Formats: sequence, structure tokens, C-alpha cells
Amino acid sequence: MDFSLTEQQEILRRSAREFLEAECPTSLVREVEESGLGHAPDLWRKMVGLGWLGISLPEQYGGAGGSLTDQTVLFEEIGRALTPGPLLTSPVLAAQIVLNAGNDTQKANLIPGVVSGDVILTLARGDRLETASNDAGLTLSGESSFVPYAGIADHIICSTRPAIGAWPDTTLVIVEAQAGGVSMTAMDSIANYPQFMVEFDDVPLSGDAVLGEVAGGRPALDLAVQRATVIQCAETLGRAQRVLEMVVEYAGHRVAFGRPIGTFQAVQHRCADLRVAVDGGRMLTYQAAWKLDQRQMANDEVSFAKAQAGMLSRLATETGHSIFAGISFTTEHDMQLYSARAKIAEANLGDTEYHLDQLAAGMQS
Amino acid sequence: MDFNFTTQQNQFREELREFLRAEVPQEKQEVFGHLTEEQYQFGREINLKLAERNWLTIGWPEEHGGGGKGPIEQGILAEDLGYWRVPKSGSIGLGIVGPAIMVFGTQDQKDRYLKPIARGEVEYCQGFSEPNVGSDLASLEMRAERDGDEYVLNGSKMFTSYAFHADYMYLLARTNPQAQKHRGISMFIVDLKTEGISLTPLPYINGEMAAQTQFDNVRLPLSCLIGEENRGWYHAMTTLDYERSGLWRYANVRRVFDDFAEFCQGPAPDGGQPLAEHPLVRHQMAQRRLGMETWKLLCWNVAWMQSSGAVPNSEASVAFLYGSEERLRFAEMAMEVLGPYSTLRGGSTMAPLQGNIEGIHREAMHLHGAGTTEIHRNIIAQRGLGMPR
Repeated sequence: MDFSLTEQQEILRRSAREFLEAECPTSLVREVEESGLGHAPDLWRKMVGLGWLGISLPEQYGGAGGSLTDQTVLFEEIGRALTPGPLLTSPVLAAQIVLNAGNDTQKANLIPGVVSGDVILTLARGDRLETASNDAGLTLSGESSFVPYAGIADHIICSTRPAIGAWPDTTLVIVEAQAGGVSMTAMDSIANYPQFMVEFDDVPLSGDAVLGEVAGGRPALDLAVQRATVIQCAETLGRAQRVLEMVVEYAGHRVAFGRPIGTFQAVQHRCADLRVAVDGGRMLTYQAAWKLDQRQMANDEVSFAKAQAGMLSRLATETGHSIFAGISFTTEHDMQLYSARAKIAEANLGDTEYHLDQLAAGMQS
Repeated sequence: MDFNFTTQQNQFREELREFLRAEVPQEKQEVFGHLTEEQYQFGREINLKLAERNWLTIGWPEEHGGGGKGPIEQGILAEDLGYWRVPKSGSIGLGIVGPAIMVFGTQDQKDRYLKPIARGEVEYCQGFSEPNVGSDLASLEMRAERDGDEYVLNGSKMFTSYAFHADYMYLLARTNPQAQKHRGISMFIVDLKTEGISLTPLPYINGEMAAQTQFDNVRLPLSCLIGEENRGWYHAMTTLDYERSGLWRYANVRRVFDDFAEFCQGPAPDGGQPLAEHPLVRHQMAQRRLGMETWKLLCWNVAWMQSSGAVPNSEASVAFLYGSEERLRFAEMAMEVLGPYSTLRGGSTMAPLQGNIEGIHREAMHLHGAGTTEIHRNIIAQRGLGMPR
């Protein structure tokens, strides 16, 4: 039993924090939000240069071959800095699906580009994507909402179900975002988070568009989603930790009734409660990452972490707005940046209710 | 990061479980809120047997009668004893007094006190709280005045758990009333058979019998002083940080949670469909399952810190506070789910789970152990987060 980070992980944490404090101030976060792109190309290139996109992707494709735990350490910092860009979407979630399901050619064609930041992948899910088979081969039809970063993506991985009467389960296919028959509409999201409704109108699929087996995509998808869920928890943890530091710092110098408000137990106890939740979140998140690194079933551990992350997000939001009070109700204050992103993260990859439901199901003997 | 135990640690747990299966039948296991004298005495016998195997103090150094292992092994022991509901005894000596003597005691005190604790032969109680003193412990009023080669103690201690079973009390008393309040306190070990000590019964709502303890010109030899005179407050605060993983308490509650989860799978007490099929029950059980998992990890975080040589401080308060509140959340939830059946006492043939839920609900009112929840929040805020006092 050892809950410490390795020396290399500590170095990664420190260097990531220093880099992001210098290169990703909240002024940049605001600029990116206003641009509507959700992406900062200059910052993206620099992060590519640091090897962050490939941190946990295999060395043979240009990655660093690190563990999910390494990635968790990095994404705590990425979350803390509210770093914009498809960091979770492309190199974590989508690339992992390619790795899990793709053949050698598909992997060699796609992963190096993800690592170098030149290729951006995203994932479209939902019950309304259907693949059908006809004389010319497979076609893809239907629509999917909440597809992150579709507007700047090169390829969209689609988790599809069969048209009536065909095969029984998920088929993963990959299509070019610019292909004929693909159209998309930006969904107007909080913090200008780039989410899209993507429609596919009888898009013909080439032979190498299927990732893995027809009707056999579920395990590859589920495992990638689990890993991405842990990384999403790491981001949440980093943000909550930062909110805690911000309120403690503020309460230490903001004076009311002749004393710093941090001397009041009413304020201290809110901070203490957030600290308890942050500590719990850290244990649960790293436990899930570690379990997946051991290549063990981690359904419960991932759901523990994500369900708690949702509650942690809400508590950080409430604590922040409560202690910063009036000033945090203004757009000029940074607190609203944290609370908006907390909400996006909470809803993404299964919200608290979803994961509690998984945990309830896991108790049935 | 490594959430695994070593092979040796797992093996220890297996051997321990084999022992518990053989030695602790269900009828001897403690039911929350219904501890009998017979069960308490049974718990002491188990401690003697654990000591024979060198397990009772497996984390202590061998020179003091321990097993020479560390806080992780001690945590495994606590977790399994709690989960098996072995009636608790000896905990003050094992968890607090022993470690204090190892750090602050003289060689003579180590020789005299440590081995009997490690052998499971003695029971200690703790004399911190007083009728007028709780959270603001440093304001304690009991006096210990030096008189030649003796100290003379006068005053009263309150909420003395285990007092009627204890051989010794480990206490704090004021040795210098002129000094600033934290700096005039000393730590003592007192033989409870000493003349001038009287106990008044103080029944707790969990069924235990505690005491108010009166000290009337109680004369102690100087050798009863532990550590430096007037440094007792600091000694006590350091000591409190030792045995704080809280794994016993976690596992003790976890067992009831697990039993309750199983109970909910069967027919409801009124013969209706299983409680677990009710969506609201499922939802609440999932929340508590998450709570239990979080609590477990926060406890193990404390044990791990100790094993790495760190002294957990606010981390122990995090685990303790979380545990106190999670225990209450579970108890309230289970009571609500059971409806009127939750009001039946353990003796009732219709009481679910032998009355454990009703009992744990009373036990959960113990929100003040090792500091109230408010005190723990103060510690987390002030020592953990560095907020101003």
C-alpha cells in the first residue's frame, strides 16, 4: 500500500503546474471562451511539444507509454488551470477507442497524428446512430447530440447500433468529419463549450471504417469510456482543489466585522467540508486509475469516483460562490469559470445519478 | 500508487480470519447498542488469544511485546476485528496509552506498563473531559499539586468510558495554574484502586456504562507522571494523532451496512417485495455504498501515512469527521427504510438484523469522540488549510 506519487509523477505535477500558470492564465481561458472555438491552437502546440497528448499512448505510435495514473496526475493540473481544448476528447477518449478496437493499420494511421496534435478525433454516441448494410457496403445514418469538438475534429468515431433486423450490438465506425452527408450544428452550451449536434445522412463507409468487429465494439468502447471517466474525475479534482485554495486565500484577507472572514467558523467549516470532499475524491480517483492500470475490472471503482466527482463539483461550486459571495456573481470574477466547467464535467460521461445507479446494480446478488 | 496489500499482509489477514471464524461464533458478536457484560468479557478473552499469537500489538516494536510489523498490519487487525464485531476492549491502552509511553515514558515506565497492555491483560480509561470541560480541553480544572515526592489530585473527570472495567486511568491535570492554560497541564497514569477515587455510574444511550470519576486528595508517586511536567497538553495532542486510522469503527459499521444490503434483497419485513427493488431504496443504498468506500479509503490513507513515517494530523480529522457523519447518514437511511420496524429493540423477535440498525442509530449519536465534529472541522481548517484562528 502506497498512496504517494512517484518522483517522476511529482516532477510532472510541478512542471505541468508551472507551465499552465504561465501559459494558461484565466485571461486566456476567457479569450477562448469568447472565441467560441473552445480551443487555443498556440497552447495546443506547446502542450504537444511537452508530450502531453501522448502521455499514456504507446511508444510505437509516438506516445510516452505512461500509465493511466500518470495521466491522472497530469489532468489534475489541466483541470486546475481550466485548460481549454479537446484534451480529454481526442487523445484520451477517442484515441483509446482506436487503440482498443482498431487494427494495426488503423492505429498506425490515426494515433501518431493524435499524439502530434495534427489529428483531432471525437466520439459520437447515442441511440440514434445506425449502420446498415446494403449491396455497396455499410452506410451510416442518424444523429448524435453533445459531440464535443466536432467543429474542429478531423474524424468522428461513431458508436452505432444496427438498423432493424441486423446485428445485435454496437458497431464502432470512423468517418471523416468533412465527408459528404455529414452535417453539424453547434449546440449553444454554457461556457461556450463546443458541443455539436451531428447528422449523418446515408454516409457510405469504406471497408476500413469499421473499428474492430461488426457488432463487437462494446468492450472497446466501454473500456475507453472508463479510462476517460477517470481522467474527467482528475480534472474535477484539480478544479475543486483550486477553488478550495482560492477561497482559503480570499478568506484570509477579506475583512468583515473587523476580522478576516477566515477566522469565522462558519467560513472555516465550509472550507473544511470541501477539503474532506477533495481528499475523498483524490482517493477514489486514484484508486480507479490504479485498478485500470492493473488491468482489473474497475466498474465499481470508476462509478465510485465519478459519482463522488459530481458531488464534489457541486460542493466546490456552492462553497466558492458562498464565500466569495457578491463578487463571484459577477462575470469579471473567475469563480464562474470554475462553476460552469464543473457542470459540464458533471454531465459528461455519466452523471452522478447514472453512476449511483451502476453502484446500485452492482449490489444485486 | 499502490492500493494492494503485500502477500505477507494478505496472508496475515487470512490467518486472522481463520482464527475469527473458529473463535468468534455469531452469538458472541456484539450487536450495536446491546453490548452485554458477558460479551465484553468474551472480547477480553479474545484479546488474550490474539496476544498469544503476537497479533494484538502486531504493529508495535518487538522490544515492547509487539509483533514488529507496522500500522498497515495494525490496520488489518482493526478492520477485521471490527468487521467480525468482536466486542471491543483494551482500546485506550492499545491505541493511545501504549504509544504515548513509547514516546514520552521513562525506561522504567515502559518496562512497567507496555507488556501488560501488549498481553491484553489490562484495561485503561481516559480522563480528559470534565463536568465543565469538553471541547476547550485546555481549560481543564482538575488539579495535581506537588507535595514532597507525591502529586495530590483533586477534581472530577466526566464521560469516563470503560471506567468500571478499567485498571488504570490515563489523565490530564493542571500542575501549574499560573501558566497560560496549555502550558500548565501534565499527563499521568493512575491506578484506579488508589484511595480517594470514586465512580458514579453514567449510563450511555448505546447501553455502555461509563462514569463520572471523582478524585478526592488522591496521592500519586512522582513516577506516575508521563513525560515532562507542564508539557502534558502537547504530549496528549501528539499522542492523539497516533492511533487515528479509525479502521475498527469503519469496519464495525461496514459490517452492518453489508448485512443491511443483504437484508434488503430478501422479502421486506412486512412480507412485501424486497426493499432493494424500491428505486428510492436502491438510490440511497448506492449513496451509502459510495460513502462507505470513501470512508474506508480515508481511513487507510491515515494508516498509510503512519506506515510511511508521517504523523497524520488534519488527515486523521478528515477521516474521523467523515466517518462520524457517514455512520449517521447510514443509520438514518436504514431507519427510514425500515419504517416502524426500525423502532423495535434487539430483544424483539421482529427486530430486523437483531436490532443492529436501531442500535447503530443510537451509536451514531456519538458525534463527539476524539473531538466534536465542529472541533474536527476547526482542526482541518486551521491546521490542514492554515486558516487564521
